Amino acid sequence: MKAIRLPESEKPIPGLSVSTNQGLLQWISSVDHKQIGIMYLWLSVLFLVMGGCEILLVRLQLVVPNNDFLDPEVFNQLFTMHGTTMIFFVAMPAIFGFNTYLVPLMIGANDMAYPRLNAFSFWLTFFGGLMLYFSFLAGGAPDAGWFNYAPLNQYNYSSSPGIDYYCSSLLIAGIGTVSASANFIVTILKYRVGTMSLKHMPLFVWMVLINSFLILAAFPALNAALAMLLLDRQLHAHFFTAIGGGSAILWQHLFWLFGHPEVYIVILPIFGIFSEIFPVYSRKPIFGYNFIIGSGMAIALLAFGVWIHHMFATGLGNTVNGFFAASSMLIGIPTGVKIFNWLATMYGGAIRFKVAMMFAVAFLVEFTIGGLSGISFAIIPIDWQLTDTYYVVAHLHYVFIGGTLFGLLSGLFYWFPKISGRIPDERLSKWFFWLFVISFNLTFLVQHALGAMGMARRVYTYPDFAGWGTLNLISTTGGFLMGISIGLLVYILVKAIRKGVQAPADPWDASTLEWTTSSPPELKNFDQVIPVNSTRPFRDFKRPDDAD
Amino acid sequence: MDNKLMIKLIVGTEAMFFLALIMAFVYFSLVPGFRTHQLVSLDIKSTGVFSLFLFSSSFTYWRAEENFRKGDVKHLKVWLLLTILLGVIFLFGQGKEYYDLLNHQVTISSSTFGTSFFTLTGFHGLHVLIGLIVIAVLTCLAFLGDYDQPGSSLISMVGIYWHFVDIVWVFVFLIVYVLPFIVR
Ligand code: HEM
Ligand SMILES: [Cu+2]
Repeated sequence: MKAIRLPESEKPIPGLSVSTNQGLLQWISSVDHKQIGIMYLWLSVLFLVMGGCEILLVRLQLVVPNNDFLDPEVFNQLFTMHGTTMIFFVAMPAIFGFNTYLVPLMIGANDMAYPRLNAFSFWLTFFGGLMLYFSFLAGGAPDAGWFNYAPLNQYNYSSSPGIDYYCSSLLIAGIGTVSASANFIVTILKYRVGTMSLKHMPLFVWMVLINSFLILAAFPALNAALAMLLLDRQLHAHFFTAIGGGSAILWQHLFWLFGHPEVYIVILPIFGIFSEIFPVYSRKPIFGYNFIIGSGMAIALLAFGVWIHHMFATGLGNTVNGFFAASSMLIGIPTGVKIFNWLATMYGGAIRFKVAMMFAVAFLVEFTIGGLSGISFAIIPIDWQLTDTYYVVAHLHYVFIGGTLFGLLSGLFYWFPKISGRIPDERLSKWFFWLFVISFNLTFLVQHALGAMGMARRVYTYPDFAGWGTLNLISTTGGFLMGISIGLLVYILVKAIRKGVQAPADPWDASTLEWTTSSPPELKNFDQVIPVNSTRPFRDFKRPDDAD
Repeated sequence: MDNKLMIKLIVGTEAMFFLALIMAFVYFSLVPGFRTHQLVSLDIKSTGVFSLFLFSSSFTYWRAEENFRKGDVKHLKVWLLLTILLGVIFLFGQGKEYYDLLNHQVTISSSTFGTSFFTLTGFHGLHVLIGLIVIAVLTCLAFLGDYDQPGSSLISMVGIYWHFVDIVWVFVFLIVYVLPFIVR
């Protein structure tokens, strides 16, 4: 047993300590990583509902050809807000929620290295999101797509303040993201329980570590681009205006220099989640621990060498395109390595199909589809044909939903008993699983065909071409079914919190440190931590005769 | 230890930020017309002199750190004050340069040169200013007697940041002022 090191002294700052014994004030003023993690998670649920409603309106507009249910301006705002919300205020906060909640518990620490900075990062994200939505009241939301291309983001094309809100809110949230990531790195490197060496660290923690470095390197490109755009719009600088000699392509370079790493930023921690879940539900150690780490690092490095694959159609020339096509194909290799690691982990295991595991297995299928369409884009002539069509929409949703969201849901069902102390209704959860998976594929599988048939993304209405109407109808139906299933999920969670069965400390017979605490953990995570001599310390502790 | 790691991470991510700004500058400088504009507008000699003040402030700060390590609080204060003085002179030089440029109608909205020049050097100046404020706070603490006993990592943390700000200026100075002069 090892004593635990507290990150900060427990003495409150004199004069600044308010008594926060209960209620909302306790949450607002909290610096406890568990409470902050939970707030991140609820924040992302809130924005998931908002972003979901926005896109359902969009799908309603597209349900039949030549529809005029929405104004084109409103349509532009809705899909822009949808994409921006989902990436920056759903995926990122959800991931940070899991990270903040789990990292200290998994490494046997009592809190993050900088608890107050941790709270500060959360509130920056919170107010960033609030500010983005305030744009609706301030004269119009951003309307140039989530990637906000020049010249559409320029004053001449979008004179409502929406784009300014886009810049400021993403800057604020971005600073929060960067500071939280630095906090994770220090926490992981300096606050592990004494006996836990790097090679015994849970894979989830490893992926958070790699990911945090990726964030520190990638987000500044976005922040710089946003600052430049603000200067363009507020002080008439000429970064992206062609009139003053500026360059619209520069925006694309800076944006995708951030944007491509970003898509891996939202998938690496998910790979970490799956690397925890597959072994536990297969009752086997992870296959190829070192390969998972190595391929994670390879992905993080390669992510900076492929951004031009988002710009094949901008005419940068064959040499540039060829180079980036090759590097884009390379990135499929480390991703494939991970998939095979998980398959090999399941192989010959005693698999338990709990809901978390069902999402994990479904992920393998859906993410592979998304990866294949990604590789197909790396073939330049195919990209020229399919870029900015619904085929891209299909690809990004297979990786974002089939990858990131499935991972988050899998993680949610895995750790929910730990976080809330309750077990969600298993039967209802399985209903949710099937409803969600089927409606997701219903919505997006057909969009591959729509894209191949030439339907452009982000057009507000479309002519009555053969097949387009039917496929869009299917897609909209699927979309609304997804909406219903998210409603069901919220119902399951609320029901479990209010009257779910009490969860034991270790409901899944798991093997990492967070399961050694009570469910939910006490305010102070640990008094003592079991010895860590392998990647599965808790299992070794429970079955010392059969230790790794 | 933890705090030093933290500040290194922050400095690292700031470096990426400046890299993006420098990239934008270089990107524009490849367009015909930019270089001429740049050569006409900039006064490499005067800025060179003011840059020397900034570079020497890294030296004075290093002296301050050394004296802190030895527990010599008196000299610590002197070197900190000197650092602030040098930094302020640099900022004054930048202000003067801006003033002249603006008087010659070179503004952030006049051309891509103005845009990228003011943004890059402006963000650097902002970092100098922030550094000066932090060092001023350190100096106040020193006068209040906070550093009578060794052990605080504050001085070396701020040092990492301050040296970083200097190093950024080495690159900015080379790329913005020296390079066009050489490849003219
Ligand atoms: C096997 C690995 C992958 C390859 C080779 C790949 C390739 C590509 C390419 C070439 C594009 C540009 C298509 C175009 O705009 O013409 C693209 C778009 C996109 N990819 Fe991937 N991708 C891969 C994995 C992923 C992953 C893991 C994610 C996120 C979790 C992702 C998210 C996206 C998004 C969001 C877009 C569209 C951005 C937009 O236009 O709004 N991709 N991908
Ligand atoms: Cu990409």
